[in-house]
Amino acid sequence: MTAQPHRLPEGGAIDRSRPLGFSFNGRRYTGFAGDTLASALLANGVHLVGRSFKYHRPRGILSAGTEEPNAIVQLGSGASGLPNLKATRVELYEGLAARSVNCWPGPWFDLAAVNGFAHRLIPAGFYYKTFMWPHRGWHLYEPFIRRMAGLGRAPDGPDPDRYERMNAHCDVLVVGAGPAGLAAAEAAGRSGARVILADEDCPPGGMLLGSADAGGHGEATAGLEAMDNVRVLTRTVVTGYYDHNFLIALERVTDHLGPAAPAHLPRQRLWRIRAGRVVLATGALERPLVFANNDRPGTMLAGAARAYVNRFAVLPGRRAVVVTDNDSAYAAALDLHRHGVEIAAIVDLRPDGDGTQCAEAREAGLNILSGHAVIDTAGRRRVRAARVARLNDDGSLAGTVSALPCDLIAMSGGWSPAVHLFSQSGGTLRYDAALRAFLPDVSPQAARCAGASNGAFDTASCIAEGHAAGAGEPGAPGPVQPAAPVSWAVPARSRAGEARRFVDFQNDVTAADIELAAREGYESVEHLKRYTTLGMGTDQGKTGNVPGLAILAGTLGLSIPEVGTTTFRPPYEPVAFGAIAGRDVGPLADPVRRTPLHAWHEENGAVFEDVGQWKRPFYYPQEGETKDEAVARECLAVRNAAGIMDASTLGKILVCGPDAREFLNRVYTNAWDGLAPGRCRYGLMLGEDGMVLDDGVTACLSENRFLTTTTTGNAARVFAWLEEWLQTEWPDLEVYLTSLTEQFATVALAGPDSRKLLGALTDDIDPAPDVFPFMAWREGRVAGLPARVFRISYTGEVSYEIVVSAGDATDLWAALMTHEVTPFGTEAMHVLRAEKGYLMIGQETDGTVTPLDLDMGWMLNKKKDFIGRRSLARSAMRDPMRKRLVGLRTEDPATVLPEGAQILAEPPSGAPETMIGHVTSSYRSATLGRSIALALVKGGRDRAPGTVHVPLDDRTVRAEICDPKFYDPEGERLNG
Amino acid sequence: MLLIPCPWCGERDESEFACGGEAHIARPPDPDALNDAEWADYLFMRTNPKGSQRERWCHTHGCGRWFNVERDTVTHRILSVYRMGEPPPKDAP
Ligand SMILES: [Zn+2]
Repeated sequence: MTAQPHRLPEGGAIDRSRPLGFSFNGRRYTGFAGDTLASALLANGVHLVGRSFKYHRPRGILSAGTEEPNAIVQLGSGASGLPNLKATRVELYEGLAARSVNCWPGPWFDLAAVNGFAHRLIPAGFYYKTFMWPHRGWHLYEPFIRRMAGLGRAPDGPDPDRYERMNAHCDVLVVGAGPAGLAAAEAAGRSGARVILADEDCPPGGMLLGSADAGGHGEATAGLEAMDNVRVLTRTVVTGYYDHNFLIALERVTDHLGPAAPAHLPRQRLWRIRAGRVVLATGALERPLVFANNDRPGTMLAGAARAYVNRFAVLPGRRAVVVTDNDSAYAAALDLHRHGVEIAAIVDLRPDGDGTQCAEAREAGLNILSGHAVIDTAGRRRVRAARVARLNDDGSLAGTVSALPCDLIAMSGGWSPAVHLFSQSGGTLRYDAALRAFLPDVSPQAARCAGASNGAFDTASCIAEGHAAGAGEPGAPGPVQPAAPVSWAVPARSRAGEARRFVDFQNDVTAADIELAAREGYESVEHLKRYTTLGMGTDQGKTGNVPGLAILAGTLGLSIPEVGTTTFRPPYEPVAFGAIAGRDVGPLADPVRRTPLHAWHEENGAVFEDVGQWKRPFYYPQEGETKDEAVARECLAVRNAAGIMDASTLGKILVCGPDAREFLNRVYTNAWDGLAPGRCRYGLMLGEDGMVLDDGVTACLSENRFLTTTTTGNAARVFAWLEEWLQTEWPDLEVYLTSLTEQFATVALAGPDSRKLLGALTDDIDPAPDVFPFMAWREGRVAGLPARVFRISYTGEVSYEIVVSAGDATDLWAALMTHEVTPFGTEAMHVLRAEKGYLMIGQETDGTVTPLDLDMGWMLNKKKDFIGRRSLARSAMRDPMRKRLVGLRTEDPATVLPEGAQILAEPPSGAPETMIGHVTSSYRSATLGRSIALALVKGGRDRAPGTVHVPLDDRTVRAEICDPKFYDPEGERLNG
Repeated sequence: MLLIPCPWCGERDESEFACGGEAHIARPPDPDALNDAEWADYLFMRTNPKGSQRERWCHTHGCGRWFNVERDTVTHRILSVYRMGEPPPKDAP
């Protein structure tokens, strides 16, 4: 451990009684409670913290806040590793272990820094141009680019941390707890409104924390905490502003505690806030000046240097050059000076600065070089000197260059109001030439900026604006500090220097890149952004965007408002996926639905299949059985004896009312007029576009009552679909829908022995085929339980679906299991129905398949209208070359085609092929002793008999087109 | 995330609702009287205005009722809400 050579003996908002040990790139240091990682590193004299994204240039800490582009670190490793954090926002804790990202082996010696020498080879648009090259070239560059361009390491396992989501409502949300935000929250709180004040920092105070007169915010904060109607959220960054005053904020609950975090607290909390109105007191972000080698470590924003010395009692340098194009940096110079930093010079790009602080600086005897600029820097991993030259009135270089030795360059290129959230709210921006900044103009939402985010840069104006905004009073425009029209990029003396004037530090975008992009025709600011990657880093160009677009405007000879700004989109700050997911992970990610028989299935070794949210038994492997063997055994049991299946997941909708029958006529393709009580009918439901939506059997319970079944996965969708038509199109129909899916359980009893079995289980239902024919239903008692029995079949065998109350399901199943029956799962059902050529919704249909494609024209009633009928009358629907349902028999009966495989008319030639269809279902059929498949093929069975070709990874399979009814095509077994 | 005033339940989060697209597109009483182009127009073509639009919403995770919303597609401001079958308010702001 080393001492903190750059720490002041007193002052600052740090706790010297609580030293904290931490490591950076493996070296151990100490800091104090109240430090950020950045301030602790600076206290130890560490400026070099990483390498830049493209050229791997040494980079130092630029800022003291959320706008930091350079000091990007990784905390921890493995599953709990946190990539791409800003050292300026990481609060120090005991044992914190951080590493630089994007350099290897470390920032002092980075092998990839050779990129810097090859600089001219990687101009603007390099990535873009590389992507545009022929496919053949890309694979050569990809590994190189990926390795070179990495930023941080993704965690390698599930996130072990816990996150929470909170919903909150308030009358006034105040974002930012600087002078404006504190005043706004206080005014709103005093009015009795429910207030939430959110600030990304801790403690609240904003700019006050970094200015010399720190302390005044303490009272304001205490006053707020005394008000019951005000909630203060610290360490909470509002990252997204959405419609109707809905905002997302991320609270870092225990990040600052590290391993000492109490177990009962989540790591982070995502706040979903609905606000009556919003006061955006988000402050302003200082801009860098653009001059050659302005990225040399030891070069930082003037406001940041001021914050480090005032808030953290850290000297970011011993001898500083302050360079500015506005008054604000004079305060920084004075504060640095006061704390013992030697000010080599204040270099002011303007011919004369005349603010009060300029006068103070003069009185303090500071050396002010008006009309001068820093045009270059010297040094390698730390700045050694600033090269200074006089400027002509037009911004060009005049006179000789002198080198001012220094170890800190504090720069200020003016301030950009943080209008991000205002812009996200839908607000428009206007460019203020006097302030040289985009200011909030009009928002369609109840949003209002106050303080520096509104262009008011002095504390008194901030407080006044905040107070007015919080109280909901009209605000008076604050005094405007005019900025002199100075150039946005300082010229360099050499071409090499020209090429190293950085605008976007994180993405290594230079003024020359922007000028080149403009010459190449990327004149729109949105195109410029994508071409040069300006503003596309994790910092989203918070510092460099305005200088960047100003340089573009200058190159194009346009005004800044003419060029405009890129769109501000959420999030303002990156948000971990874990925080978005909250507790909705693992078993809580999605509800799981289980049938009343689930426990039996589990106890009897069922393998489950997810169907929608349902868990359905897929098959029941016996000791030593493979899946294929189990499915084959189950299929043969149904074909040769009897099987039972849990069909409880099928959707059940009760359709009641005097107009129920008419309603069914409209929503199904077939007619329901003749369906008598005691009978059922298969129905096909289409969308209005004529495509198959769902199918199922509907039973007539009585004249005005029908029980409709839907497929498992479509139950909710069909219910909603029917409701929509009733409520929006046919309110004149008196029909009531009730979902009964979970109220009843269904057991399908199928196979040639099923009639005998049913007879053994019931006294009051006569199963004789002449009195209980196919497509009839009967009510009675089965195994002593009240039941409805439907004689319908999806397997092609004599089959009964026995429906009982959900609570009776286990008794029914147990009674059935006392007989010679084989439980079968969904896979056997799929095979059995495919052997019969029955369609399965979602397998043979995908929203583009009509009944005609499925050879189900017989299902279309010609005497009535129904949803989808008119669409089927379009000539294109009758095109014989539409994809239509066929059966496929592979030449080799042992080959099972993969579902989804593409089908060719001719063997593959090596050239791009024309697909004529695809395999929709494919199984090994134990009944037939061979593989079978269903497919949708252009021309359908017009191609039969004929051969098609199915190219697979390693070979091409030949198959014959055939009738999809592979088994018992006449339905003798079904009707028997 | 819109805040939608359901005529039955009051203001609720958009996540409770499903949007059913443009309102007041009645199903033609005699579809056969329409040629293919007219039918396609009913089926697929929507106004997609910039500004005020009348659209159908369903409070799917609430009362389950469909209703009409008049919304500004630029600002997302909800100008009026009225029940299914009711005529749109004439002088919506
Ligand atoms: Zn409702």
